[in-house]
Amino acid sequence: MFSFIATYAPQLIVAGIKYTIPLALISFVLAVIIAVIVAVIRSYQPHTSGIKRLFWQIIKFIAWFYVWLFRSTPMLVQLFIVFYGLPKLGISWLSPSAWSSAIWVLSLNTGAYASEAIRAAISSIPDTQREAAAALGMTDLQIFVRIILPQATRVSIPTLANSFISLVKDTSLASVVTLVEMFYLSQQLAAVSYNTLQMYTLVGALYAIFVTILSIPQRYIQRWADRFIKVQG
Amino acid sequence: MLKLEKIDKRYADHHALKDINVTFKPNETTVIVGPSGSGKSTLLRSLNLLEQADSGLYTIDERTIDFSQPITTETLLWTRRKTGMVFQQPRMFDHLTVLKNIIEAPIQVRKQKKSDAIKHALVLLDEVGLNDTANRYPYQLSGGQTQRVAIARALAMDPEYLLLDEPTSALDPELEAQVLHILNNFAKAGQTMIIVTHNMDFARAAADRMIFLEDGSIQFDGSPEDFFDHPTERIEHFLNAYKFTE
Repeated sequence: MFSFIATYAPQLIVAGIKYTIPLALISFVLAVIIAVIVAVIRSYQPHTSGIKRLFWQIIKFIAWFYVWLFRSTPMLVQLFIVFYGLPKLGISWLSPSAWSSAIWVLSLNTGAYASEAIRAAISSIPDTQREAAAALGMTDLQIFVRIILPQATRVSIPTLANSFISLVKDTSLASVVTLVEMFYLSQQLAAVSYNTLQMYTLVGALYAIFVTILSIPQRYIQRWADRFIKVQG
Repeated sequence: MLKLEKIDKRYADHHALKDINVTFKPNETTVIVGPSGSGKSTLLRSLNLLEQADSGLYTIDERTIDFSQPITTETLLWTRRKTGMVFQQPRMFDHLTVLKNIIEAPIQVRKQKKSDAIKHALVLLDEVGLNDTANRYPYQLSGGQTQRVAIARALAMDPEYLLLDEPTSALDPELEAQVLHILNNFAKAGQTMIIVTHNMDFARAAADRMIFLEDGSIQFDGSPEDFFDHPTERIEHFLNAYKFTE
């Protein structure tokens, strides 16, 4: 048992450090950026009329469509379309590598879910806050950036942390676009060693360890974010 | 000077303000009273453009707003600079300390230098008796204290008119007395205030002028002496409701 772990764990951990962790971290950063932009667009209620209003309605529709599309199709299918499907269009800049397909799909998919979390957090901030700031003469943009967003950030952290944990595990799907990340490597090693039970248990345990380590910052981020509320206990 | 002419406001099933004509002069404390649902808050919120009447004219100093026309953002912000607002609930920005709550709008809206804003904020905190709370978060203060911060926050913008919408209704009598005492000091110092309240003792003590609103119309507009000492039958009935008798 020990020799099995000693033989295979180091290779798997290297694959994890080379692929799983960078995929998860890069995709998460992109996902949060996408999510904030989409959540802001979908939360914004313009008071304008005419052509400006039409413009906003189109932008809001695109944001809605993106969230609907990525939430209602399997990520596996999205990966196949992007990696195997898009090259068929024959447009070179639209034909992503394995790495970039995985990052695009992981970040767009996570971004769709995270945008809903952020949108919910924004709408959880009572309208009385907006009104109090408006009464002080603040503009819509100032109110959003300085009053609503900082409070919504705190509310959205637990849900975003959840999305991040899912994302770490979902990087295993990148195996289908030929990235030899941790899970793909474990499949290759299982095929030659015939120790399927031990091998997949080992890789499962490594995912659990990675998730646990990567979740440590959440506690500190949450503590910082909770500085202005009364924490129980 | 704030002047409302022929102000009319309807909600779906409720005629909130009916042909309101009233002028508020600088350095006066006006107290607006009336039964619940009489349109007091709507009237006050119209002055700060948190509500927009359906029709009528609103003149602030040299500018006149026609409510039947769309109001530009520039006019909206300009009006709010002139009129500070204190709500029934303190509505603190929970993520900011007491000091930052107060300096937020002076820095962002008035573009004051941070050091000047802090200096002004500390003077105001002293005036509301809370100079030791500057670096605390709102959750660490009591309801009466946060309402005093809310008053300081509104005054930090140097509004020409301070509007207060039942500022003590959420407080127990002891805390209410503290807040009213502070408001009375500001009134004596010449701060123009328009206050909606249910506290008749305070109204009598602080008001230069009383307005009685019922069913969206102004039923009385005059001196506190006339209001309290020579009330009409309706006002007498209204005032009697504040005295508990068996």
